[in-house]
Amino acid sequence: MTFDEHIQTIKYVFPKTIPIMAGFTFIGLAYGIYMDSLGFGPAYAILMSIFIFAGSMEFVAGSMLIGAFNPVSAFLLTLMINARHLFYGIAMLDKFKETGKKKFYLIYGMCDETFVINSTEKVPKHINSGWFMFYVTVLNQIYWVGGTTIGSFFGTAIPFNTEGIEFVMTALFVVIFLDQWMKERYHVSSVIGVLASVISLVVFGPENFIIPAMVIILIALTAIRKSMAKKEVIS
Amino acid sequence: MTLTEQIIIIACVVLGTMTTRFLPFLIFNNDKETPAYVKYLGYMLPPAVFGLLVVYALRNVEFTSVEGFLPEALAVGLIVVLHYWKKSMLISIAGGTIFYMILVQMVF
Repeated sequence: MTFDEHIQTIKYVFPKTIPIMAGFTFIGLAYGIYMDSLGFGPAYAILMSIFIFAGSMEFVAGSMLIGAFNPVSAFLLTLMINARHLFYGIAMLDKFKETGKKKFYLIYGMCDETFVINSTEKVPKHINSGWFMFYVTVLNQIYWVGGTTIGSFFGTAIPFNTEGIEFVMTALFVVIFLDQWMKERYHVSSVIGVLASVISLVVFGPENFIIPAMVIILIALTAIRKSMAKKEVIS
Repeated sequence: MTLTEQIIIIACVVLGTMTTRFLPFLIFNNDKETPAYVKYLGYMLPPAVFGLLVVYALRNVEFTSVEGFLPEALAVGLIVVLHYWKKSMLISIAGGTIFYMILVQMVF
């Protein structure tokens, strides 16, 4: 890739990430303020955003730091909260092939929002898909770390009421779901995802529903495999 | 907690997160052909995962009071209408979020 091709790729990628720029800046900001309120300096929030780079998990990690020292439970709780990443990896196995040295960073930086863009975007021929995914990941991490940095230094000085701004992430997920819904021929997987999650949420509650939901999704998808074999589900 | 203990906790969270992200790639590496079942899952999972993420984002909605769910319900409704009407990601997301902010700040 030449320098001009890199610029061209970034110009193509940037508009796709604008909703995430808005969301991450403000949620990152909220995270910086949150860590500040727990009594941790900017270095904590910033370093955790760089190395953990998993939004909801970072909030939980903040609360772990003020609790009792228990590394095993910290590790296990992280596995549970982030178990959904396992599905992202399975979905991206083929897409990340042939991405060379970028592959490590693509996996390392695969948060919810990055996965959502990289798994749905049909990259045009003149753009290299590996570099496309790389810049999506880089930009998203810059937004997140940037938001966190601003929040942990200046969070308390924000002049307007930001209550409710965190809804931007919900809105992003709803829109991605709708996009998928509009283009797929059979809604079976979408319906399974929503039903399994709602049932699991009702039974297990908001803190523990993700893993049971994943198990139900796996069982359901496996059960319908034979009848799906000859259908093009995603056009 | 001492600084060392804090660093250990953060390292555990990093390790846990990276385990969930790297594990599929370590199990099914480049050299071998990915098993057909896993390919099928990789193909079928994204729509289900998007459904899971929507529910995950709305997991703290409560039906015990009107203000516990109505702002979310109205905002999601507006997003659906906007998205089918304009088919623009930015308009849907910005419209839904601004509407939600107005609702929680001024109405509920």
